[in-house]
Amino acid sequence: MYDADHNRTENRVGQTDIKISAKDVQVYYGTNHAIKDVSVDIQDKTVTAFIGPSGCGKSTFLRCINRMNDTIDIARMEGLIEIDGENIYDKRVDPVQLRAKVGMVFQKPNPFPKSIYDNVAYGPKIHGLAKNKAELDEIVETALRRGAIWDEVKDRLDAPGTGLSGGQQQRLCIARAVATEPEVLLMDEPCSALDPIATSQVEELIDELKQNYSVVIVTHSMQQAARVSQKTAFFHLGNLVEYDDTEKIFTNPQDSRTESYITGRIG
Amino acid sequence: MSNTLLALIVLALGAIGYVIGRQRALKATDGDQRKLHSLPSYYGTNVLLKTMVPAFLLMLVWLLAQPIVVDRSVRAGLQDESVRQDRSVSLVMTDVRRVANGLGIAVEQGVMSRDEARSLDTQSTDVRARLGEAGVALGSDVTPAVLEAAQQYRGLSGTGDIARFALVVALALAGLGWGVRESTPSFRARNSVERGIKSLLILASCIAILTTIGIVLSLVFNTIEFFRIYPARDFFLSTTWSPSFGGGSELGILPLLWGTLYISLIALLVAVPIGLFAAVYLSEYASKRVRSVAKPAIEILAGIPTIVYGLFALLTIGPLLLRVFGDDTVGWMDGGTAVMTAGLAMGIMLIPFVSSLSDDVINAVPQAMRDGSYGLGATQSETIKQVILPAALPGIVGAILLAASRAIGETMIVVLGAGAAARLSLNPFEAMTTVTAKIVSQLTGDADFSSAEALVAFALGMTLFVVTLGLNVLALYIVRKYREQYE
Amino acid sequence: MTDATAGATPAVDPGRKSKSIITTDDNTRRRNRAEKRFQYYGIAAIGVGVFFLLALTFSILRSGLPAFTETAVSLEINLSQEQFDEAESKLLKTGAYEQLFVQALQQQLNAEGEGDVEVEEDAVGRIMGNVGSEIREFYLANQDQLGEPVTFNVPASSRVDRYLNGGLSRESLAESKFLTPEDLDIVDRLVEAGTLTNVIDWDFITGTDSGVDNPGGAGLGASVIGSFFMMLVVLVLSLPIGVAASIYLEEFAPQNKLTDFIEVNISNLAAVPSIVYGILGLAVFIQFAGLPQSAPLVGGLVLTLMTLPTIIISTRASLKSVPPSIRSAALGVGASKMQSVFHHVLPLAMPGILTGTIIGLAQALGETAPLLLIGMVGYVARGYPDGIVSGLMDPNSAMPAQIYTWAARSDPAFYEKAWGGIIILLVFLLAMNALAIILRRKFERRW
Repeated sequence: MYDADHNRTENRVGQTDIKISAKDVQVYYGTNHAIKDVSVDIQDKTVTAFIGPSGCGKSTFLRCINRMNDTIDIARMEGLIEIDGENIYDKRVDPVQLRAKVGMVFQKPNPFPKSIYDNVAYGPKIHGLAKNKAELDEIVETALRRGAIWDEVKDRLDAPGTGLSGGQQQRLCIARAVATEPEVLLMDEPCSALDPIATSQVEELIDELKQNYSVVIVTHSMQQAARVSQKTAFFHLGNLVEYDDTEKIFTNPQDSRTESYITGRIG
Repeated sequence: MSNTLLALIVLALGAIGYVIGRQRALKATDGDQRKLHSLPSYYGTNVLLKTMVPAFLLMLVWLLAQPIVVDRSVRAGLQDESVRQDRSVSLVMTDVRRVANGLGIAVEQGVMSRDEARSLDTQSTDVRARLGEAGVALGSDVTPAVLEAAQQYRGLSGTGDIARFALVVALALAGLGWGVRESTPSFRARNSVERGIKSLLILASCIAILTTIGIVLSLVFNTIEFFRIYPARDFFLSTTWSPSFGGGSELGILPLLWGTLYISLIALLVAVPIGLFAAVYLSEYASKRVRSVAKPAIEILAGIPTIVYGLFALLTIGPLLLRVFGDDTVGWMDGGTAVMTAGLAMGIMLIPFVSSLSDDVINAVPQAMRDGSYGLGATQSETIKQVILPAALPGIVGAILLAASRAIGETMIVVLGAGAAARLSLNPFEAMTTVTAKIVSQLTGDADFSSAEALVAFALGMTLFVVTLGLNVLALYIVRKYREQYE
Repeated sequence: MTDATAGATPAVDPGRKSKSIITTDDNTRRRNRAEKRFQYYGIAAIGVGVFFLLALTFSILRSGLPAFTETAVSLEINLSQEQFDEAESKLLKTGAYEQLFVQALQQQLNAEGEGDVEVEEDAVGRIMGNVGSEIREFYLANQDQLGEPVTFNVPASSRVDRYLNGGLSRESLAESKFLTPEDLDIVDRLVEAGTLTNVIDWDFITGTDSGVDNPGGAGLGASVIGSFFMMLVVLVLSLPIGVAASIYLEEFAPQNKLTDFIEVNISNLAAVPSIVYGILGLAVFIQFAGLPQSAPLVGGLVLTLMTLPTIIISTRASLKSVPPSIRSAALGVGASKMQSVFHHVLPLAMPGILTGTIIGLAQALGETAPLLLIGMVGYVARGYPDGIVSGLMDPNSAMPAQIYTWAARSDPAFYEKAWGGIIILLVFLLAMNALAIILRRKFERRW
């Protein structure tokens, strides 16, 4: 009884605060139907985790949200995805502008072969966010602070970004994404290439980021989803099976497939 | 031709050896090949290899060594004659070889008998006239010493030929005997054959080393010879190039180097932007259909022989430039052949070279780098300009160095398109000449190979070889470092 | 995760409003324009490349095709025994035949109702060249044809050729003693009468080179044979040596200094300028080993050394593309390493090896610079070699060398021949490349 009540309150709050809304999304890679009928509402200032076995379509769906799939020739998308009520697949939308608003962090840390400073300054420069050098310096510093890496690199901003350790590189990439002042941050298995210590650093960072951004994270680790997210969506064979509060998904899943997955029987 | 005959004999012995070896092995087990260590054909092949390989090797080495040995022993007796004629020994030696050859031809055609050729002397016969009957034209009368040396030359060569024939056949027979004796059922014929074949494979790979040695030796010896009669200082530092076959040539390499670099620079200015942009467009923007048409079309340019570009420069680009920049308009250009003419043609030739190398380099930049940039909201051109090209820069520099090395070594385009005058000038519409073009012109005349004017070509070749080799080594090093970065 | 917490965070600009993505802002518009510009640069680069290709093709075809045709007078002559004897008894024998030719030409023109054209001997001499000797030679060789009508196809001089192709203007002839503007009037009338026509010049394709004073009679045939013999040498030597070297380096070579040295050598040799190979050929094969100058054998040897690195590199690539599982399978049933390579790997790699070899041969076929140094340009091919040995050892030219020889002659009439020669050369190259592509398509295997 209490649970149901609580749920209702949550949903009400969620509805007023919906950042991303997807309806009947289908994605095809050539003839392969990769995403089937996915509808989901993602809330602002929340960490939402996408979990599921590999190949279930969670990364594909994530890449739809900032239209990264546009760069793959054979990918085709149907359905509707709205951010702040605007259809991101509208003809008038420039994906470049969309991606400034929806930042992305990738599975493998991919710093550019430039200095740490230039890595972070790249986004603000191309989007014209800084009027002068001083402003740019400030943006870079803020971004590096938000990426929780400022103290480690402040003395060697001119050193190449590729020279950092794996965990530092990934936090640099997060700082780089944050520097363009996005409203949504998409993370595609951001910790899968990192060791446990680096992982916990990044997880802490994600927890802080949710104060400012709507964070969507794809992960294959259920523990990680449980640790960092408030909402969890379970994908299986291209379908969105269940979407609810993280706590509920892990303690009282409604769907038998979800239960099988979190208990380790499939996946 | 006794060499052909000799080769045929060795081949025949090899074939016989194969049959005998195989039969002998089979006979020892009463035709049951299961009792043999190896398949019967391996026994045959074993004999065949042992018969032919050493024999052919001996023949090859002998053929190479005999002229040197004969040359040396004849040359030793020519000191006096050389002093008397006031010519270098090698020049007299050339005469000797010519006369000896002439005698050979005369005997072959039946103008002279073998004995006559051996006993000929200058007092009783006009050797020049007699050889003329056989269609051998000599430049001057034959002196007694030269004739004698020529006869000695023929005698030594003849002995050498006979000895070679006998020894090669003997070695082949010995190999055959050895191989046949080995052909017993317990003999590991397959292993023996495989060892033999492996040695042949190694020998084949060493041809690459031999070629390099050949190039280096032929350049080095002649270059040293050149510097003995012409001071190296003048060659490297003089700004004048005016060879005259009468003597008193000035052979400074600087104007030639300048022409070479100037033409290469223009070629690179044409090829690098076009090739690079074409590669970027084809690998990042073009649809599959455009790529499937445009890529082969540009690559066709790479398959066209350079003589075609040379002709294109001489007969199409040259006249066209002359019409635009010639006396009728601005008067910058006097003739069709010019630095610009050759540079443009060479630039066209290099476009596919630059574009396919850059294409490889650009494709080696990992996709993650592109994703990272697109994920931040960069446009495609921003990604290319600020992420991909800087990342690919070392590779592209390597590609440009390779293209430069190609341009510097290119011959036909400059021979036909650049002109023949060596000069140090900044005007790209003036005719200039290059290192390669001068190598050709110094070695294709009727020049005496021991004169400074001909030998300078080897010094030029040496310079060319060193420069292009340096560029290649540097380029390959840069490219390899770059590849390792992303592996 | 409520609004309250978010508002409390100082890092966020409180006045920040969500930016619309539907309306494109100025900055994005500017960047999109830069994007378009950048794309246009790329298209322009491709366009320039393709334009050069088309210009080259156009240039070659426009200037080269006329080399395959010649202008000739087709004339039926019926010479009796008496006329023959009379002409042979004269002092200027060819002159007598020329007169006979002029008479026959006039008769034919009269018969076709073009009698008002006056052909006189001097003009015919200028238009047709030495037609008399050609007729005389024919009748001396075929006396049994006397008294029967014989049709002669007599080629006109190369200047007439160029006049009809538009390569020669009337004005440029004002001072010429070889052809006068009045002659051109006659030429025009002969063309109208259909006596002077364009026919295919088979001599250009099959014939041998002429002297510097007779561009009309120059042909490429002998140098095609010269090229053929060179390619024979290259194929016979470079395929086995190249394959053997590749097999060793790819399958057997241990990781040691020698192997490294060989590999470095091969990759450097591939980039050595071709003219340096010419120097090598001159110094080693001609000066040192005493092989004859201008011989296709020497040319073939030089081109073999030049092609080997290319062939080795492509052969190694095709050996590498055979998956290791094939080797393991063969070794697994007890084959020796050597057997697994020769029985399984090599046959599977063969199509790739052949493709690479053909492309290497095509490269060698078009190579000119080294041939200049070993005397294949100094020698002008004036006759066909007879037999294999003389084909390899006797002086000859090669296609690209012959083209260069023509291009270097001062008479512009030879330029047309050079372009024509290029067409033949390119036809050979195209055929070889097409063969390579067909081989690859047909046998290509994807693992």
